[in-house]
Amino acid sequence: MKRKRVNIRMPALGGQGAVTAAHIIATAADYEGYYAVSNPFFGAEKRMAPAESYARIGLEPIYDRGEVVYPDVIMVFHPQVITMGKSYTMPFYSGIKKNGLIIINTEEDLLTDEDKEHLESLNVKVFNFPATKFAIDIAGTELSTNMAMIGALFGLIGCVGLEAIEEGIKSRFLKKFVASGGTASLDSALERKFKKKLELIEKNLNTAKSAYELAERWANEQGIEPFLPRPQEVMKTQGV
Amino acid sequence: MQATETLLYNRAGQKIVSPDYLLFEAPRAKHFMTGSEAVKEAVRRASVDASVSYPITPQSEAAHLIGELWAEGYVGVYFRGESEFGVMSEVAGCAMAGARTITTTSGPGTLRAMENFPMWAGTRIPVQLVLMARGINSPLSIQPDNLEVGFLLDTGCMIWYAETAQDLFDMILAGFTVAEQPDVHVPVINVIDGFFVSHTREAIMLPPDDIALPPYNPYKAPMPVIDAEVPPGRFLRDPFVMKSNYISYATHASWQWEVRAAIERSRPYAKHYLRGLIELFGNPEAELVFVACGTASAQAKEAVRLLEDEGIPAKVVKLKTIRPFPIEELRESVKGAKYIFVPEFNVVGWLEREVRRYLYGHSNAEIIGAPRVAGGMTMPAEAIVKEVLKLTGKEVKHVI
Repeated sequence: MKRKRVNIRMPALGGQGAVTAAHIIATAADYEGYYAVSNPFFGAEKRMAPAESYARIGLEPIYDRGEVVYPDVIMVFHPQVITMGKSYTMPFYSGIKKNGLIIINTEEDLLTDEDKEHLESLNVKVFNFPATKFAIDIAGTELSTNMAMIGALFGLIGCVGLEAIEEGIKSRFLKKFVASGGTASLDSALERKFKKKLELIEKNLNTAKSAYELAERWANEQGIEPFLPRPQEVMKTQGV
Repeated sequence: MQATETLLYNRAGQKIVSPDYLLFEAPRAKHFMTGSEAVKEAVRRASVDASVSYPITPQSEAAHLIGELWAEGYVGVYFRGESEFGVMSEVAGCAMAGARTITTTSGPGTLRAMENFPMWAGTRIPVQLVLMARGINSPLSIQPDNLEVGFLLDTGCMIWYAETAQDLFDMILAGFTVAEQPDVHVPVINVIDGFFVSHTREAIMLPPDDIALPPYNPYKAPMPVIDAEVPPGRFLRDPFVMKSNYISYATHASWQWEVRAAIERSRPYAKHYLRGLIELFGNPEAELVFVACGTASAQAKEAVRLLEDEGIPAKVVKLKTIRPFPIEELRESVKGAKYIFVPEFNVVGWLEREVRRYLYGHSNAEIIGAPRVAGGMTMPAEAIVKEVLKLTGKEVKHVI
């Protein structure tokens, strides 16, 4: 199946950095040469309450806005999305497209037999990945969970490389973005925690990179093809 | 009167360039940002004198970012009003005193401030409002829904509608330029769908930030500006207007007409600075036409692509201005149409009413006010396609 677009839905809990993750994913994809947009879900999000964000990556200009109703990839940032139904859609995988992919931040298998049967019928692959544990091991803080999730995503879908991921992360933390007052104060809290911004970036990069490599190996074992052709190849076939 | 010398730099030290140079000729570089950040970048290049803010989701971030510009020296005056009513009154005061003024609001804030919008138009101030549309109560919603625009249609303000962060950036700069033309000189409301544009991060092309619009010259205004000789309320105080006699009725009525005529006179300027009042997307010969504005036109563009895969040619007529309404452009662009769909983000279908009104007697096409979503719901292109296939009798396949 040839895709022209990858739509990514990220159910998470408030405070986990899913909005930041979406922005980094889109920035990295843009750097790689794709069209990309990202947006958060629009609610009165608060810590530990459901929060959701979206990224779209494509080979042609993307007009589509709002929630991703029919995702190719779902990234579950927290087990409670599944175990406590902290999700805007029930079940959390509703709308998933054929040959899609689900990444779950978990240390154990959370899906029922019924879930598995449904997902298998759509040839959807599920990657159980302990992103928070990974973040604590490598960056020394669970706040880097989103970085592990970003690395895992790109390792699995195989169209955005490490250089672009690095660019996306750097542009988030080195440029002055103010997503909201809350995010601004979170940033300063993070800075205090890590003492230095550059140290923070390096830890984030290492987390993303390790997750990328782990996920890439799994994708190879599973025989997952890259989700999109390289932008350069598309340009070649179009004679640009 | 003001001296005729040409200014070279504005208060922020930016080089003053013509609106045409800023909008069309200056080299542009790609940036990746949200709609709210695009507001900041437009205001940065607009030689703005004053801005007043009040927090309400989803426009708070844009208001906050204009405040940062004030701290950086790009905006002359910036403060927080005591409510949206206060804000819209205070920006009116700034504008009557000759300041180029911008503010932002959303949903319930718009309705709270409502009395001021016809007042803005009646006092002929070229204030700019960036409206990040959200649902209005009740029940409470903070989500995207543009019902509030239906309330604003006849306030005497120009109403433009941006689809993307890029549109919004360009429309803010064009908005000041058009609104301040001496023969126009009415407020301009630049609408976007809240969240869908304000909070979406996308690629946007920006000119350099060391150039800016020429400052506003209030002495070219059709109304006297408040200064040492003209006291505040010079216009509102005119005593004969407060009496009940024929001349007071005629004054009021003729002024109401004049405000609307001023909007009509904005057409050639808006056409130039917006590169046309409409944008076409898709197959020009298609008999199936979507007429839409804002995010609804973005979703319709995706639907056109899906329909193309089904072998159904379709096109989108995106309306960039609602006031003035692009009457001739719309009639021309739907000449061959058999079906006209008007997808909207509200339950009442105010755009469908406008489309019907201006196509009455000018088109034999069937006009269908669908799909309509509201309260924050997304309008997937698949939902639009489903409406179309239902009508054309084609079997509805699973669209994914």
